[in-house]
Amino acid sequence: MFRNQYDTDVTTWSPAGRLFQVEYAMEAVKQGAAAVGLRSTSHVVLATVNKAASDLSSHQRKVFKIDDHIGVAIAGLTADGRVLSRYLRNECINHAFVYESPLPVSRLVVRLADKAQVCTQRSWKRPYGVGLLVAGLDETGAHLYYNCPSGNYFEYQAFAIGSRSQAAKTYMERRFEAFNNYSRDELIKDAIFAIRETLQGEKLTSSICTVAIVGIDEPFHVIDQKIIQEVIDSVEIKEDAAAAADQAPAQDDEDKSSEAAPMDI
Amino acid sequence: MALRRDWVYENNGGTCVAIAGSDYCVIAADTRLSVGYSIYTRDYSKICKLADKCVMASSGFQGDLKALQKNLAARHLIYQHQHNKQMSCPAMAQLLSNTLYYKRFFPYYTFNILGGLDSDGKGCVFTYDAVGSYERVGYSAQGTGAGLIIPVLDNQLKSPSPLLLPAKDAVTPLLESEAVDLVKDVFASATERDIYTGDKVEIVVINASGIRQELMELRKD
Repeated sequence: MFRNQYDTDVTTWSPAGRLFQVEYAMEAVKQGAAAVGLRSTSHVVLATVNKAASDLSSHQRKVFKIDDHIGVAIAGLTADGRVLSRYLRNECINHAFVYESPLPVSRLVVRLADKAQVCTQRSWKRPYGVGLLVAGLDETGAHLYYNCPSGNYFEYQAFAIGSRSQAAKTYMERRFEAFNNYSRDELIKDAIFAIRETLQGEKLTSSICTVAIVGIDEPFHVIDQKIIQEVIDSVEIKEDAAAAADQAPAQDDEDKSSEAAPMDI
Repeated sequence: MALRRDWVYENNGGTCVAIAGSDYCVIAADTRLSVGYSIYTRDYSKICKLADKCVMASSGFQGDLKALQKNLAARHLIYQHQHNKQMSCPAMAQLLSNTLYYKRFFPYYTFNILGGLDSDGKGCVFTYDAVGSYERVGYSAQGTGAGLIIPVLDNQLKSPSPLLLPAKDAVTPLLESEAVDLVKDVFASATERDIYTGDKVEIVVINASGIRQELMELRKD
């Protein structure tokens, strides 16, 4: 009821103790295309849905390598995400220059959160309109953080942001307890599954999703589209076979052989 | 020794050499680090890989060299983030020149040679002074043994006339193995007479298949 009176300035509180501009910024994140992140003890996977402005244009980049051991996926205002990625890269380079060792992920997210907080307490600034899933590996293990425009950050086992992310979250809520023991390939498969949940019926192909991984002995990189397509195909073969098996139980042997396709990622 | 408050440099001695071939580049430097008439270590690398096809060797003050190498490595990382590719050797050459001139009034006390393959896959060598003046050449030497080595390289590699073939277009017609042998010979000779050169020579060869490194023993006296 009071929203319209107290939402003009980021530095104006509402009577209920809320900063509406910050909440509106978080709304911008919810409108962006989906991004999910999953973590095991040795790897972290990020997956995003690539939205293209039109059929003629290229897809927006939503996954950025920050350093060999850290990468981010964004949802919301991509331009803000790009600028923040440049900031994160600089922080990592400066740290490595002085200390000759990689910047621990927890310290990076704190700096990012503090930077975001500044924009919530200056009348001449606006909050960043982008949420970042920060995936990284350091001496303390594998980490996945979510940094939000409000300046808050949390660590997660798995998380999803952006439009229709609730579907992915529900999918992961049922499974997350097992993630720590997942192998690298299982983690990638589940990330793709989670992304598929957000598509709500739209056909999943490797051209509309980007998957990236970081792990022990594996620097952050985007996984090749061909490999992702193979994973999607093998998953769909299994599902078609399973659907067929429901109708014709005698085809059990064929199902097993299609499942045995090596997931050589 | 740097006891005076107004002399903040040290010369750690040593020699670097580079030779450009038609499809390879040889860069070499000895591994002795000295101060005054003492040897601090016989096993110090003056060579640094800056990019896929670009290697830098420098003699002079190794403290400044370390800082310079770190600076260039960080700049290269930023370049890769922005352009999604490695820096070419000529691009790195320009960056090094700008980085050196940036400190024109408190220079890096380093005498650098940059070697690698240019965008056409031809060998290239760039030679510098301490404040960034640079030139692309077919071969170069820097450091305490340079005065002993350059005349020999001139004799073996120099083109008959700079009018026929300017220095920046010169690459030696020698084979890779012949160029490496020449480098070994000149280092062995320089070691005889230059007290700051010796112990080992680290030879790095860049060609289309990548970068390889070899070490050769030199006189230790």
